[in-house]
Amino acid sequence: MFGKLTLAAIHFDQPIIMGAFGFMIIVALSVLGLLTYFRRWKWLWTEWLTSVDHKKIGVMYIILALVMLLRGFSDAIMMRTQLAIASGGSHGYLPPEHYDQIFSAHGTIMIFFMAMPLVIGLMNIIVPLQIGARDVAFPFLNSLSFWLTVAGFGLINISLGIGDFARTGWLAYPPLSELQYSPDEGVDYWIWSVQISGIGTTLTAINFITTILKNRCPGMTLMRMPIFTWTSLCSSILIAVSFPILTVTLALLALDRYFGMHFFTNGFGGNQMMYVNLIWAWGHPEVYILVLPAFGIFSEIAATFSKKRLFGYPLMVASTLAITVLSFLVWLHHFFTMGAGADVNAFFGIMTMIIAIPTGVKVFNWLFTMYRGRVRFSTPMLWTIGFMVTFVIGGMTGVLLAVPPADFVLHNSLFLVAHFHNTIIGAVVFGCLAALTYWFPKVFGFRLNETLGKCAFWCWFVGFYLAFMPLYAVGLMGMTRRLNHYDNAAWHPYMIVAVIGAGVILCGIVFQILQLAVSIAQRKRTRDLAGDPWDGRTLEWSIPSPPPFYNFAEIPVVHTRDAFWAMKQEGIVPSRVPQTYIYMPCNTSIGVIIGGFSLVLGFALVWHIWWLAAVGAAGILASAIAYAFDENRDFYITPDQAPLLEELHSVTATAR
Amino acid sequence: MSVNPLAFETIRTYPYASRAERAEEQVHQDSAAQTTVLGFWIYLMSDCILFAALFATFSVLGREFAGGPTGRDLFSLPYVLVETLCLLVSSFTYGMAMLGLNTFKRGDVLKWLAVTFLLGLCFIGLEVKEFVRLVGEGAGPDRSAFLSSFFALVGTHGLHVTGGLIWMAVMAVQVGLKGLKASVSVSLLCLSLFWHFLDIVWIGVFTVVYLMGSL
Amino acid sequence: MILDPKGPIGQDELSIIVYATFLMLIVVVPVIFLTFLFAWNYRASNPGANYTPNWEHSNKVAAFVVLAPCTIVLLLGITAWKSSHKLDPYRPLASNHEPVEVDVVALDWKWLFIYPKLGIAAVNEIAFPTDVPVTFNISSASVMNSFFIPQLGGQIYAMGGMQTKLSLIASQAGSYDGISAQYSGAGFSGMKFKALAMNQQGFENWIAKARLSPARLDRLRYTALSKPSQDHPVEYFSSADPQLFQEILQEIRGEPARAAHLHGQ
Repeated sequence: MFGKLTLAAIHFDQPIIMGAFGFMIIVALSVLGLLTYFRRWKWLWTEWLTSVDHKKIGVMYIILALVMLLRGFSDAIMMRTQLAIASGGSHGYLPPEHYDQIFSAHGTIMIFFMAMPLVIGLMNIIVPLQIGARDVAFPFLNSLSFWLTVAGFGLINISLGIGDFARTGWLAYPPLSELQYSPDEGVDYWIWSVQISGIGTTLTAINFITTILKNRCPGMTLMRMPIFTWTSLCSSILIAVSFPILTVTLALLALDRYFGMHFFTNGFGGNQMMYVNLIWAWGHPEVYILVLPAFGIFSEIAATFSKKRLFGYPLMVASTLAITVLSFLVWLHHFFTMGAGADVNAFFGIMTMIIAIPTGVKVFNWLFTMYRGRVRFSTPMLWTIGFMVTFVIGGMTGVLLAVPPADFVLHNSLFLVAHFHNTIIGAVVFGCLAALTYWFPKVFGFRLNETLGKCAFWCWFVGFYLAFMPLYAVGLMGMTRRLNHYDNAAWHPYMIVAVIGAGVILCGIVFQILQLAVSIAQRKRTRDLAGDPWDGRTLEWSIPSPPPFYNFAEIPVVHTRDAFWAMKQEGIVPSRVPQTYIYMPCNTSIGVIIGGFSLVLGFALVWHIWWLAAVGAAGILASAIAYAFDENRDFYITPDQAPLLEELHSVTATAR
Repeated sequence: MSVNPLAFETIRTYPYASRAERAEEQVHQDSAAQTTVLGFWIYLMSDCILFAALFATFSVLGREFAGGPTGRDLFSLPYVLVETLCLLVSSFTYGMAMLGLNTFKRGDVLKWLAVTFLLGLCFIGLEVKEFVRLVGEGAGPDRSAFLSSFFALVGTHGLHVTGGLIWMAVMAVQVGLKGLKASVSVSLLCLSLFWHFLDIVWIGVFTVVYLMGSL
Repeated sequence: MILDPKGPIGQDELSIIVYATFLMLIVVVPVIFLTFLFAWNYRASNPGANYTPNWEHSNKVAAFVVLAPCTIVLLLGITAWKSSHKLDPYRPLASNHEPVEVDVVALDWKWLFIYPKLGIAAVNEIAFPTDVPVTFNISSASVMNSFFIPQLGGQIYAMGGMQTKLSLIASQAGSYDGISAQYSGAGFSGMKFKALAMNQQGFENWIAKARLSPARLDRLRYTALSKPSQDHPVEYFSSADPQLFQEILQEIRGEPARAAHLHGQ
C-alpha cells in the first residue's frame, strides 16, 4: 500500500535531522498560519500562484532560491565545523552516514535549487523588460516550468525528514549510485528531484530563446540588445542543448535502479565511464549556463556605474558566443584521471585553456569600461569589483587544473573544491547578489538600504577568502575531498581558518536579511518614484517601479544600443498612457496542478508506491489535456480602459 | 470607478468587434502562430539531442552482449520492415491531413488523422509485441548492456510515438468540436513536425540498431 | 605534500604547476592591480580624471585583450601537450632496473596489493626499492576509487571490471601516504595505505616478512576480505595466486564461467 515507506523512514533518534526538519515544518506552518490569519489565501492564489506574469514568476523563483541558499549554506557550516573538529583521531560530531548525505545535498541544492533558480528568476524578470516586450513568448509554459521546479524543491526538502538523501556526491557516479551499493531511497530522491526540475529548466530555455528571437521591440536588432539579454540567450541555448543529456542520463540510472538494467553497473556489460562522460557533457555547459548571465549582469552594472558605454560590445557578444560553443568541447577535463590517454587528455586540456581566452577578453573589457568613466561605489559596483579580482584567481586555478599532469595530483583534492567555489561564488553568487541589489528597486518600487548592503558585501568578500584560500593550501598538501575526518594534524589550522571564514559569510547573510527587513520598514522613505534610481541605460529603467502588469504603455521603438540612455540624451520621455490594444495572457492554475501531480509522482516513485505514481502520472496527462481545451488563454485591454488600470495598479484575469 | 476583470474578453467572443479590431486580432494571431512554431522547433531540437544521447549510449554499449543473445539472434528484419512501413506510410497520411487543413476541408482532416492514428497504433502494437517476445525469451533489458540500451532507445522512440497518438486523438476531438480555427491549425502543424521528426529518428533507429545489429 | 615530491614524476608535476602559475600571474597580478587602480582613479568623486563616456572601442586595446590571453594559452598549451605525453600514467618509465609489478584492487574500504611475480600480497601497505620503477595494474572489486600516492605522482581511477595502469618511482626512501581520491562510501575517509620506499636490502626484508605470515590469500580468504570493513589494519599474505587480479576482473564483469573458479566451485 505504501511501497517501501514505513514510519522507520523518519529518523526520530537523530537530533540534528529532527531539529532541522522540525524547524522547516515550523517555518512552513507559520507561513500558512499567517496567510490564514491575514486572510490572504485568495490573494496568494490569484496574484501569485496562478500568475503567468514573468515578473511574478521571477520573484517566486528568487524567493525559492534564497530559501534554499539558507539550507545549502547550513550544510556548508556543518561540514566546515565537522572538519575543524575531526582532526587526528577525533571523528567529529557527524557520523559518516549523515556527513555523506550533507555534502551530497549541499552540492545538489546549491547548483540545482539555489544557483539555477536565482539565475532563471533574474532572467525572467529582466529580459522581457530589456527587450521592450510585455511578457515572454509562452507565459503558461513559464508558469509550468516554475511549478516543476517547485516539485523538485518539495521532494528534496521532504528528503530531509522522510528517509535519507543520496550519499554519493552531487553527481551520483555509478556503481556507487547503483542499487547494489546504494540500495536505499537516497539516490532515488536525488534522481527525481533533479529530473523533474530539469524538465522545467529545459522548457524555460525554449521559452527564452523564442522570446528573445521573436518578442523584441521594433528597431532592436540583435546587436542593439542589452548585453544581459545576449548572455541570457546564450545561456538558454546551452540549457536547450545540454539538459536533454542530463534527462537521458538520469533516466538511464533510474532504469538501472528500477528495472535492473545494465547501463552503468559493474557487470553484464555496463560501463561506468559512459555515465561519467554523459553527466559531464551536461555538467560543463551547466557551469557556463550559470556564469554567462552573471557576466551579463556585471556588464550592465559596470557600464551603468561607470556612467560609460560598455567597452567592446561586439567583442563581448563574440566572446559570449565563443564560450557557448566551446563549452561543449571541454567536458573531459573533469576526469583526466580516468585513463583516456595522452592525446585525448591533451586535446581537452588545450580546449579548456582556449575557453579561457574569451573569458579573459571579457575581464579586460570590464576593466576598460571603468577606464575614463565616473565610477560610483554603490553596492552593485562593489560586488562587481569584488568579482573581478576574485574570479581571475579562480580562472587561473582553472587553467592550472586544465594541464593534465597538474590535474593528476590535484584532481578531487580540496584545491579543486577551492577552484570551483572560487569561480561559482566569485562570479555566480556575487553576480546574483549584485543583481538583486541593482534591480530590487525596479521590481518592488523602493530601494534597499545601502549601508547594510555594503556591510553584507564586505562580509561575503572577506569571508570567502578566509573560507577558501586555506582549501587551496591544504589541497596542495594532499588533502582530498569528501573526507569526514583526517589524521594529518598539519591540515587542522587551515580547517579552523576555513570555518571562521564560513562564519564571516554567515554574518554577510545576516546583514542581507537585516537589509531586507530594514528596507521594507523604511520603504515609504526610499520610494523609487521615477523608475530610474541608478541613472540606467537600458529599457527596464524607462518604466515605472514597480512596472504595470503590461510593462510598457507604449512598445518602444529603438535606434541604438543603450536605448534608454539615448532617449534621455534626446529628451524623449516614454509615455505612461497606452494608446493601442494590449494583449495579455490569462492566469491559469494548470501549472500549479501539474506541479502538484509531479511532486506526487516523484514521491511515489522514490518510495515505490506504484498506485500513487499512476495517480500522479494520470493527473499530469489529464491536466495537460484539460489545458488543450482551455479557451480562456488571453485577453486584451482597449486604450480607454488602460488608465483605470494604472489607478488600480494590478489586475488579473483568472481562467480556472 | 471599479473595473471588473472578467469584462475583458477576446475579440473572438466580443460581439461588437469592429473590422479594425478584427484586423488587429488577425495580426496578433499570425505572429502568435509563428512564435509557437518556432518554439516547437526549438523543443524538437532539444529532443534531437535527447535521442543523440541515447544513440551514443547504444553505440558504446551495443556490443556488450555479456554472453547473452546478440542482435543477429533476436531481430527479424521482415518484422521490422512491416513496422517501418506502418510508420512511413503514416507520415504520408498525415501529410494528406495537412493538405486537408490547407484547403479548409474539415472532413478530410479527420479522415486522414484517423488513418494515421491507426497506422501509428499498428506500429506501437508491433513494437510492444516484439518487446514481450524478447522478454519471454530471456532477452529482456536486464540481460545485458546491449539489451538495456536497445530497449532504452527503441522504447523512448515508442513512448514519443505513443505521446503523439494521444495528442492526435485530442486534436481529432478539437477539430470535431471547434473546426479548423487558428489555435487548432497551429497545433496540427506542430504535431505534423513532431510526427515527421519521429519518422526520421526511426530511420536512424532501424539503421543503427536493426540493420547494423543484424550484421 | 604535492609541494614536497619524492620522485621524478611528482617533481615534474610540481614544476608544471609552478610554471603555469607564474605564467598566469603575469596577467592576473596586473589585472587585479588595474582593477583597483582604475576603480579608484576614475571614481566619481575625482573630477580631475579624464571622462570619455562614449569611448567604447579601440582596435589597439581589442588586439591586446585578445592576443595577451592567446599568448599565455599558446605557451601553456604546448606545455600541456608535451607533459601529457611525458607524464602519461600508462607510459613505462625508462630505467636500467626491472620494474616491480603490483596488482592493485580497491575494496570496501581498503586496498589489496598483489605482487604477481613474487607470489605475495598485502592489505594497506606496499613496499618497493628506491630508484626502481613500480608498475601498478589497478582495478576495483567494488565502486570507483582513485589510487593516489601524492608525494610520488599522480592518481588514476580504479574501476570495476576494467584495468588502469600507473608507473611511479621513488628517489628517496621514506614512508609515503597513499589514499583513495574518489569518494566511495561510508569507509572512504579511512581508506588509506602506506607506500614504503627503501633500499634493496630493506625491500628483501619486507618480502621475507610477508612470506612469514600465516595468512594465505586463497579463494576463501579473498571472499572474506572483500566484505565491507572500515579502518582495516595492515595484513600480509605469504602466498597469493598471480592470476587472482584477472579473475577478480572477470568476476566483476559478471562472466560466470571464470568467476566460479574464483569462489572455489
